[in-house]
Amino acid sequence: MGRRKLSAWPGASRQLNGLKHGLLLLILTILTIPVVAVLWFMLTGVLMPLDELKVTLAPALSGSATAAVTTASASQSGAAAVSDLATGYAIWPLLPSWPTLQPLTELLLDTPAFFVMFWNSFKIVLPALLGQFLFGAPAAWALSRFRFPGRKLLLGIYIVLMLMPFQVTMVPNYLVARQLGIVDTIWAVALPFAFSAYPVFIMSKSFDAVPHAMLEAASIDGAGYWQTFVRVGLPLGVPGIVSALVLGFLECWNAIEQPLVFLKDSRNWPLSLFLPQITASRLGLAMSASLIMLAPAVLIFFFGQKYLELGIQATGVKE
Amino acid sequence: MVSRLRQKLGLNSRLARREAGAALLFLLPSLLGIGAFFLLPFLDTIRRSFYDVLGQRFVGVASYQSVLQNQAFQLASINTARFITICIPLLLALSMLLALLVRAVKPAGRTHKTLFLLPMAVPVASLVLLWQALFSDRGLVNGFLARRGQQPVSFMESSAAFWVLIVTYLWKNSGYDMILWLAGLDGISDSLYDAAHVDGAGWLQTFRFITLPSLAPTVGLVAILSLLSSFNVFREAYLVAGSYPHDSIYQLQHLFNNWFVKLEISRLCAAAVLLALVLLIFILLLLRLFRDRTE
Repeated sequence: MGRRKLSAWPGASRQLNGLKHGLLLLILTILTIPVVAVLWFMLTGVLMPLDELKVTLAPALSGSATAAVTTASASQSGAAAVSDLATGYAIWPLLPSWPTLQPLTELLLDTPAFFVMFWNSFKIVLPALLGQFLFGAPAAWALSRFRFPGRKLLLGIYIVLMLMPFQVTMVPNYLVARQLGIVDTIWAVALPFAFSAYPVFIMSKSFDAVPHAMLEAASIDGAGYWQTFVRVGLPLGVPGIVSALVLGFLECWNAIEQPLVFLKDSRNWPLSLFLPQITASRLGLAMSASLIMLAPAVLIFFFGQKYLELGIQATGVKE
Repeated sequence: MVSRLRQKLGLNSRLARREAGAALLFLLPSLLGIGAFFLLPFLDTIRRSFYDVLGQRFVGVASYQSVLQNQAFQLASINTARFITICIPLLLALSMLLALLVRAVKPAGRTHKTLFLLPMAVPVASLVLLWQALFSDRGLVNGFLARRGQQPVSFMESSAAFWVLIVTYLWKNSGYDMILWLAGLDGISDSLYDAAHVDGAGWLQTFRFITLPSLAPTVGLVAILSLLSSFNVFREAYLVAGSYPHDSIYQLQHLFNNWFVKLEISRLCAAAVLLALVLLIFILLLLRLFRDRTE
């Protein structure tokens, strides 16, 4: 199968001269500004010393709503920077005036609560991912490779489950958690994730691509179903498994709804819930914590981007 | 009797029976979990939607009536529907534009692609601070407006909140959909474009008569996946504006949470069943509407 080398902007590809190419690149680059700006904000925010943060951001985070609107109309003249300071709008300099790592070190060294939350996040993510792999991979293999009555129906159930938002499964999950007595423990969040239908679907898509000849070779060698799965299926299905786990990690790490509903005791809260609690009063800390919350997700993203794209494509393949 | 059943299920050969048995064992752990955490309790949810809060007295469709007549539910449904009907077409168009651009500049667009995809990895919690900095009354956006001599907007306390949420949603999900479009574009055969080129078709014509029709089956899938991701926008809304935000962004997700806090179990059950039904119908419709006509 020949892949298109040039462009999908049809017809244009061949006459696409340097100028047009440059113009399209420029448009694309402009479109990336919203993403770059957000990252820039987060990075410079961490490096910004506290007293500078107080001047730049504090107005946005502490001013009361009504007071701000009434004073705002009075602020329509005057030099930009001066009027910003005078009327108390937030500003954001491109670079911090005096970069420092002090808030970050303070967070890392003097804030034990932060580590508890960080660890809580992992206590949810790790069992969830482990379950997605241990329960999901064999199920995906069976759905992809075995022919048995009810296969289509089961696949349909997994797809429908995958497509239902949390609001539909919230009550069912809660009812079970109550039965099992795990409400207000991390298991109420981790277990439903562990049995998520998403990874099963993605992994089964990738198992579909394992060539039949490999399986026949294995069965001639006298390997049983399980051995074939472990020796042939798992190694060849690695891209799909990694895709599922990368998507699963992002999903769990960023989860808000589930811990919000199932974890009343704030000592069990993961970072995603804890972070919004530290705001205006401890601006420097909040900046650093935001970045540290972001770090694992972005690391996994860059490490697994290829697999992530494969995984997304798998969800889009028509059934 | 047994043999007839076997025949019907395609299990008449020994091999087929062995394979089915193996399949069952492979699937068992996952099925037990899915049954225990999703399917069985969902049946219980359906049952409870017809009972009172304690789950003991049968009340018929009373909970459904009370849900449908509830003003908060009506507001939340309308808002959710409005959000979906506005954000999904916008997202589809924007992400398709990104996909086409990224392909057009290939192989140069690699970094751009990564950047567009990156927001899906950025935790909402990390964004809260920035969103407050940008959109609070004395935030960066209002500061910008004031400097230009314009009236500041109260983003969080007015219907502007709705648009803030739309922009957030677009920012977060364009990359994901772009990847889906790129996969769809990969599936279009070169020969179609070559033929169009020979016929002297311009890029607009080629796009209109080749690219768009070929992407038709992808549209349904991208729309369905976007529909689901649109429910996650609750995270931003909740973290920035809390349980009771401005009316314009009070969505079904807020309502579900608030009813949960008040332990209005029967209403919640009825609402969950309704939501599941509506979504199911919607998904089937979308699939039918954009079915691959070449098959």
